[in-house]
Amino acid sequence: MAENSPLKTKARGYSVKTLPGFSVVALFTLVALYAPIVILVVYSFNQGTSLAVWEGFSLRWYQQAAANEAVQDAALRSLILAISAASVATVAATMAALATTRTRHFPGRTMIYALINQPLMVPEIVTAVALLIVFAAIKVWTGHTSMIYLIVAHTAFCVPFAYLPIRARLETMDNSLEAAAQDLYASRWLTFRRVTLPLMWPGIVAGLMLAFVISLDDVVITEFVKSAGQETLPTYMLGQLRRVVTPEVNAISTVILLAGAILVSLFFLLTNRRV
Amino acid sequence: MIEIESATKVFGTGEAAFRALNAVNVTIAENEFFTLLGPSGCGKTTLLRLIAGFEPPTMGAIKLAGDDITRLRPAERPVNTVFQNYALFPHMSVAGNIAFGLEMLGKPKDEVDSTVAEMLRLVKMEELKDRRTSEISGGQQQRVALARALAPHPKVLLLDEPLSALDLKLRKEMQIELKRLQHETGITFVFVTHDQEEALTMSDRIAVMNGGEILQIGNPKEIYERPSARFVANFIGESNFLDATLKGGQVTLAAGGTFDVSVPDGVADGAVSVLLRPEHVAARAGAAQDGEIAATVDTVVYSGEATTLHLSLPTGEKVKAKIGNAPLGDGSLPKEGDSAALTVATGAITVLRD
Ligand SMILES: Nc1ncnc2c1ncn2[C@@H]1O[C@H](COP(=O)(O)OP(=O)(O)OP(=O)(O)O)[C@@H](O)[C@H]1O
Ligand SMILES: [Mg+2]
Repeated sequence: MAENSPLKTKARGYSVKTLPGFSVVALFTLVALYAPIVILVVYSFNQGTSLAVWEGFSLRWYQQAAANEAVQDAALRSLILAISAASVATVAATMAALATTRTRHFPGRTMIYALINQPLMVPEIVTAVALLIVFAAIKVWTGHTSMIYLIVAHTAFCVPFAYLPIRARLETMDNSLEAAAQDLYASRWLTFRRVTLPLMWPGIVAGLMLAFVISLDDVVITEFVKSAGQETLPTYMLGQLRRVVTPEVNAISTVILLAGAILVSLFFLLTNRRV
Repeated sequence: MIEIESATKVFGTGEAAFRALNAVNVTIAENEFFTLLGPSGCGKTTLLRLIAGFEPPTMGAIKLAGDDITRLRPAERPVNTVFQNYALFPHMSVAGNIAFGLEMLGKPKDEVDSTVAEMLRLVKMEELKDRRTSEISGGQQQRVALARALAPHPKVLLLDEPLSALDLKLRKEMQIELKRLQHETGITFVFVTHDQEEALTMSDRIAVMNGGEILQIGNPKEIYERPSARFVANFIGESNFLDATLKGGQVTLAAGGTFDVSVPDGVADGAVSVLLRPEHVAARAGAAQDGEIAATVDTVVYSGEATTLHLSLPTGEKVKAKIGNAPLGDGSLPKEGDSAALTVATGAITVLRD
């Protein structure tokens, strides 16, 4: 019995570290992941116009990017888009998470998981083309070309990213807490308001931030769905790359990187926090 | 106070249907300490959940003080629960937890405050009232759960194995504290445990359950001394089961000896099975004389306050005799392999229904 108990196997100390080539692969992966980013950040401070020759430190490209009206316009659009899409997606994801964890098992529940997570499984390019075709038809039919198409599209693919942390949070939450609230005379609404919502709150904030970052970062779907002149930061940069490449693009990337890093760190802090 | 009328609970449907409770009838009196005792999976929690309103019964009715409450939601029943895992709200302080039920009932602020203070005093938690519930010990959490459930002053308090997570010493203290609280508040307690000793020491009455049915209801003395079924006898305390013949209010053991017994309803003369508690058997070394039963000693087990002899009767039946230890031992107990003579205490034999 004691021979093959799981504790024993663990104690014997099997470690991937001892696999041949482990350190080489690990090192290579780290370099491949981070070296380009480091170079990108370093050259955003380059004095010269080159992405390859270091000519001394300056903030010139940051100043230029900040003064560039096309960048300002794209940044503002990206922010509005990410905030709207992430908010709507988080509300939808919260309701979906409640419906899939706080109800008795019902037939078709697995189907619903699959439906909610569809954007994670369908290749983005397929979604993009599908949206392009449908939205193009609607645009022709209604003549309406506002940002609403982008918001709808971003909301749709943000839902699963908001859903996952919220659902994870709800699943670690003891069902009996809500039973206890009802037992103590709380109505359904007060049970939600006073017990469920405060406890799932870190999950909701985490979901919101993740959705925000995902929306901020999107190129493929945005490129296909946007109408003329509706550049977001990523599509603006993509456009720039087709022309002259200056460290201005590096500067914008560095700012996005910083914003993303802050949000993702907050996300991990929140999801790992025990109430 | 509480009347449960042929409550049946079936989980699932069709092939997968499972009958967790089968036509359970119980009446629990006002201010009673009533215990549900039974092995794991016998339906104790299910019965509590029916009373609390977390599950509707498949059939049957539940009445509280004469009113049918079967269809009321948990929030509409003057019944509170101490959950097995306490289910304290982790985002509220100790005092916040205790105040919750009162706030939900819409009590005025000063009444909430004074009741919370009173509850904190009752469970001796005044010092820790501002702590988070994750920052207090298991025993303290248990007291908070108790205070939270008592604060709205329910008519009935349901306790689902509230002591099972505590160590032995704390458990004994809490048993006494629970009894004290029940006396002081005058609230009806329905208490679930699978610990027979806990049930015997704390309860006014005990219902022994098995397989979704109540086998026997009685006070601890009745349950221990006059169990009606083999299952009850076996579940509570140590038992010897012996074959015997019943005739006109007397049983004759297969191994010899005739005893007066009280005959339970529905048991006819003929072959019966009887219960004999090990502590009601005395043994001495030597050959059996008149009125004694002959046996041989298989093993002797010393356990501190008593010594248990495992014996074989001439009929092949096995019997345990539990004998209290005299100071420094008097050396008169038979040894392994000895012949022994057994004496059965008067009134010690109980005829079982099955
Ligand atoms: N929601 C449910 N769906 C299906 N079966 C259930 C459900 N709840 C309980 N049961 C079954 O009903 C039976 C009784 O369960 P219950 O929880 O009442 O047992 P218990 O006496 O409280 O046991 P324990 O001492 O282990 O807590 C068990 O066999 C259990 O598997
Ligand atoms: Mg249980």
